[in-house]
Amino acid sequence: MTNRRHHASDILKKIYIILIFVFLYAPILTLIILSFNRSKTRAKWGGFTFKWYGSLFTNRDIMQALYTTLLIALLSSAIATVIGVCACLGLNKMKSSSRSVILGVTNIPMLNADIVTGISLMLLFLSFGMRFGFGTILLSHITFNIPYVILSVMPRMKNLNLSVYEAALDLGASGPYAFFKVVLPELLPGILSGFLLAFTMSLDDFIITHFTKGAGIDTLSTKIYTEVKKGIKPEMYALSTIIFVTVLILLLLINRPEKDSKQEPNTNTSTVVIP
Amino acid sequence: MKNKTRLLSGPYLFWAISFIIIPLAMIFSYGLTDRSGAYTLANIASIASAEHSKALWLSLKLSLIATVICLLLGYPLAYILAHMKSRMGMIIFIFILPMWMNFLLRTLAWQTLLEKTGVINTMLTFIGLPTISVINTSKAIVLGMVYNFLPFMVLPLYNSLTKIDDNVINAAYDLGANGFQTFIKIILPLTVPGIISGITMVFVPALTTFVISKLLGGSKILLIGNVIEEQFTQASNWHLGSGLSIVLMAFILVNMLLSAIFDRDGEANVL
Repeated sequence: MTNRRHHASDILKKIYIILIFVFLYAPILTLIILSFNRSKTRAKWGGFTFKWYGSLFTNRDIMQALYTTLLIALLSSAIATVIGVCACLGLNKMKSSSRSVILGVTNIPMLNADIVTGISLMLLFLSFGMRFGFGTILLSHITFNIPYVILSVMPRMKNLNLSVYEAALDLGASGPYAFFKVVLPELLPGILSGFLLAFTMSLDDFIITHFTKGAGIDTLSTKIYTEVKKGIKPEMYALSTIIFVTVLILLLLINRPEKDSKQEPNTNTSTVVIP
Repeated sequence: MKNKTRLLSGPYLFWAISFIIIPLAMIFSYGLTDRSGAYTLANIASIASAEHSKALWLSLKLSLIATVICLLLGYPLAYILAHMKSRMGMIIFIFILPMWMNFLLRTLAWQTLLEKTGVINTMLTFIGLPTISVINTSKAIVLGMVYNFLPFMVLPLYNSLTKIDDNVINAAYDLGANGFQTFIKIILPLTVPGIISGITMVFVPALTTFVISKLLGGSKILLIGNVIEEQFTQASNWHLGSGLSIVLMAFILVNMLLSAIFDRDGEANVL
């Protein structure tokens, strides 16, 4: 380690990080402050209040949107995890040429623009005369979630030692039993991070939901979008603040005992990447 | 046994064909036909019309500017973070946490910050500086892009920077290179995959956004994403919208090909 650290450059580095930090968090701080604003418009400060946190829970629209958002996120990431893990198990046994073709297709929803993915699914549902609503949103979310699961699980698959599985079979374990006892535990970290990633993506999605949702159903994102013109309801700020603080606390708890750096950084990033 | 295992990918194959391949084919079938179903190139050619080419040009310009700014801001940041020997947890804190606040709300908050009588201008007036008028201009859109997509740049850069073997850098110093030479000759070339992957991950969403321009650009500034979105939600001209999407995909494809050339192993993927 030749870390020739100079005091001055250390200070500069700290200042730089703090500036970026301010840039990233100024809007979030703004939203948190707005959740305590007595005035209904975000343009002026009307004094401190907790009332939006109270009225939030009686606002049926927002609660319904929250319910839809969470249900879609949970269902779509769970279904995507099952399909994705099965796909990885199957892909592992395929010829490498057909495997790379399939993985190439898997990359399409991740690399393509969300607006194009959204439109393409909308056209599909239209042509098959499907009713736009919960079902179409769910199908779309599963579609863009599967690739995240596959890309989280696939690297683990490569490291999997199949002779352990075969040994289990030789020792008299049935196929499924050996799978759940030997293979699954190996894959579990990848499966978990894939699931969490998919859940986050689903929760934060606006664009694809926008094109596939139809009238009469809203997730939090689409609800906010329709409120933009009339002005965002202050309860929405309160809800976001609650979600944000909850995740902050969860991350603090998860990160605390992580002193032993067993996990390689890669798996770690993938637990929660990017909307 | 082996054959049975292979069958497990069946559901996914069915899914990928139904919900990835067929929908993409539908964009092409709509984009290359008119309302009567006759084959036409008019939808694609309409990108050359004054209104559409202006939107496309503006989108290209703004997304390129945003990508460059992200790279210039993100590289030093990733470099500092990689050398702080910070735990991954801290990176997650800085960059991932904001994403749990809804993307639309975060972007909207910039309105409050940037408005004529907004937070930033109030502070500027307070310390006696001239106010800025950024909101509802293309500058605000670029700011929104940088704000939303900076993490996409930093994470791949951070990954490729942490992969550099310390011994390589030490060797450069031992052989007499100074800090600047080491950076240009060793570090920069080794992080090219990260740079390319960061550029792709910022450029594509920035080029195709319609939300950021709508929220921060007022209603006057139209990007290509806004034009396409309107065809589907207001004008109901799916054929034209699909045609323009094909043009958009061509740009995305070029971008992907370029990144595939520079990053053959895909090693800088965030995942």
